[in-house]
Amino acid sequence: MSRSTLLLGLALAAACGGGDPPAGQPAATPTPPAGSALTGAGATFPNPIYSKWFDTYNKKTGVQINYQSIGSGGGIKQFTEGTVDFGATDGPMKDDQLAAVQGQVLHIPTVMGAVVLTYNLPAAGATQLRLDGPTIADIFLGKITKWNDRRLAASNAGVTLPNQDIIVVHRSDGSGTSYIFTDYLSKVSPEWKTKVGNANSVNWPAGLGGKGNEGVTQQVKQSPGSIGYVELIYAISNQLPYAQVKNSAGTFIVPSLASVTAAAAGTTFEPNTDFRVSITDASGADAYPISSFTWLLVRPDMPDEAKARALKSFLEWMVTDEAQQMAAELHYAPLPAPVVTLVKERITTLKSGGRPIA
Amino acid sequence: MIEGLDSTEAVSPVARLQGAATGDRIFRTLLTIAALAIPTLLGFLVYELWRGSQPAIAKFGVDFLATSTWDPVADKFGALPLIFGTLLSSLIALVIAVPLSVGVAIFLTEFAPGPVRRPVAFIVELLAAIPSVVYGLWGIFFLIPVLRVTLFPFLQNTLGFLPLFQGTIYGNSMLAAGIILAIMIMPYIMSVTREVLASVPGSQREAALALGATRWEAAWTAVVPYARSGIVGAIILGLGRALGETMAVTMLIGNRHEIATSLFAPGYTMAAAIANEFTEASTDMHFAALAYVALVLFGVTVVVNALARLLIWKVSKGRASGGAAL
Repeated sequence: MSRSTLLLGLALAAACGGGDPPAGQPAATPTPPAGSALTGAGATFPNPIYSKWFDTYNKKTGVQINYQSIGSGGGIKQFTEGTVDFGATDGPMKDDQLAAVQGQVLHIPTVMGAVVLTYNLPAAGATQLRLDGPTIADIFLGKITKWNDRRLAASNAGVTLPNQDIIVVHRSDGSGTSYIFTDYLSKVSPEWKTKVGNANSVNWPAGLGGKGNEGVTQQVKQSPGSIGYVELIYAISNQLPYAQVKNSAGTFIVPSLASVTAAAAGTTFEPNTDFRVSITDASGADAYPISSFTWLLVRPDMPDEAKARALKSFLEWMVTDEAQQMAAELHYAPLPAPVVTLVKERITTLKSGGRPIA
Repeated sequence: MIEGLDSTEAVSPVARLQGAATGDRIFRTLLTIAALAIPTLLGFLVYELWRGSQPAIAKFGVDFLATSTWDPVADKFGALPLIFGTLLSSLIALVIAVPLSVGVAIFLTEFAPGPVRRPVAFIVELLAAIPSVVYGLWGIFFLIPVLRVTLFPFLQNTLGFLPLFQGTIYGNSMLAAGIILAIMIMPYIMSVTREVLASVPGSQREAALALGATRWEAAWTAVVPYARSGIVGAIILGLGRALGETMAVTMLIGNRHEIATSLFAPGYTMAAAIANEFTEASTDMHFAALAYVALVLFGVTVVVNALARLLIWKVSKGRASGGAAL
């Protein structure tokens, strides 16, 4: 694989470099006759729940699923090159990426996540800050530079906001978290959309970068006056302070599993949806606006029948209450019922060699 | 092979020689293969980087080295802040580490009492064995909070008239990265310098002392100049490590694609950018740009090493030795 040699080269050039060397060819390429093995690669954000699902499913059925959490970008690449049976991504594939894949691609939503704004403002005490979309965008654009800005004061009556510089902290590594966050900012701020845009890594107009959720967190924890964004799960499990965000209905919403699920429930899907739907800034009175699905990428028609059958039955199990409940235990927001119904319908259309899978 | 001689008495000397020649040939072939493997590997590495960066080279050309925009959304890339950050953070590291480590080495070889030498040298060399991510974590949880409230405000209050020490103190900054790099390269410079100084013949010291020099004068006028090319070599070794260091730097430097005059401002290095972005580089151009950065990093390392060789050669011309230790 030329691409994997190149990846290795990059890793070497980065010397004692960051993180695992990206795996090229998955080890188990030939399908074993019995107890077929599936390989997948992609997003790191849902890795804890995917590991748990694959492990539980293996114990239940004997089907082995090897998942490498190498990042959404890597997942899309390996899926496109056909070196894995399925991919996983936090941001949906773009049209030109879809065009690069031989055959078609199905996006299957698995669980939901959210991005919260965490901050270090001792003056605010235990009160949760309340932020609205345009204000967040202007903070990250570097246009609002003081905590006592009148737009912050307007929505935070009763909170003492100091005359202090705002230190903006963002992710330095490419990340689905950044994708969701910039997707939201692009929707609520036209200026953000034209100046910065929406991607896993963008040209940040202000602030400094921390590596990973933990890098952003330490930066925020240590610098008074700072604000950053991290995954909801990370904020909950590390007991970070986080802000309420105003949704499109005009209500300030506390980020939680329920308000994230509400964001998906408030979204209407077209009958033939490919699930590449952004649910940031969703409608619905209880919807937390910086929410998103995370997806598995599968081929609607897989040539290898044993693998197709294994994947299909896993997907069917994944949307059962049992599996979705496991997600909630790990602080991932479960799919709302209407989405589960749609996903179930879509799974029945999976084929192998042009024939429906028995 | 004394035993061999005893047991093969029946075989004619000619046959024995032929057998040895065969062994020699095999041995030579094996060694040649081993020796060629390294340049071959290097060749493949450069070729793959060059090939992977083709789209970026075609689109940006040499402007890539001179522009500062890094916008993955618009597919516009320029590596100048990365090159600047790599060179500046390494320079800061050298400015701090060279006097310290050369000083420690001189102390250990010339002044320290016998029982102190080994343990101190051992402890400094132990620093080299610590993984860089551990340095990074230590930097985040200890060094940065301390620097933010002690050294940085002190520098700003005393040297604040210099643009280098102005602006907001974030903690994570070019200076913090330079300091962690200094700590990381110290053991390399120290231990090589110590070896070089130790290999200076005793007659050099004795001659200086016999002429009435103090121990300090003997060390500074006779020993150190004699070993200077070796010391330059040690510094280059440290510099090479600083240029390529990734993990600890990315955890402390603030990761911002920008050239700032203040050392308190965040910056970025080539190695850190590759480590941060290439797993999630979703567009082909982003990927190619990172491969291009890797190629540039490789080029910078080669140029720096070539200059270093040149420097050693110039320094060691005429008198002195010790360069042979490298």
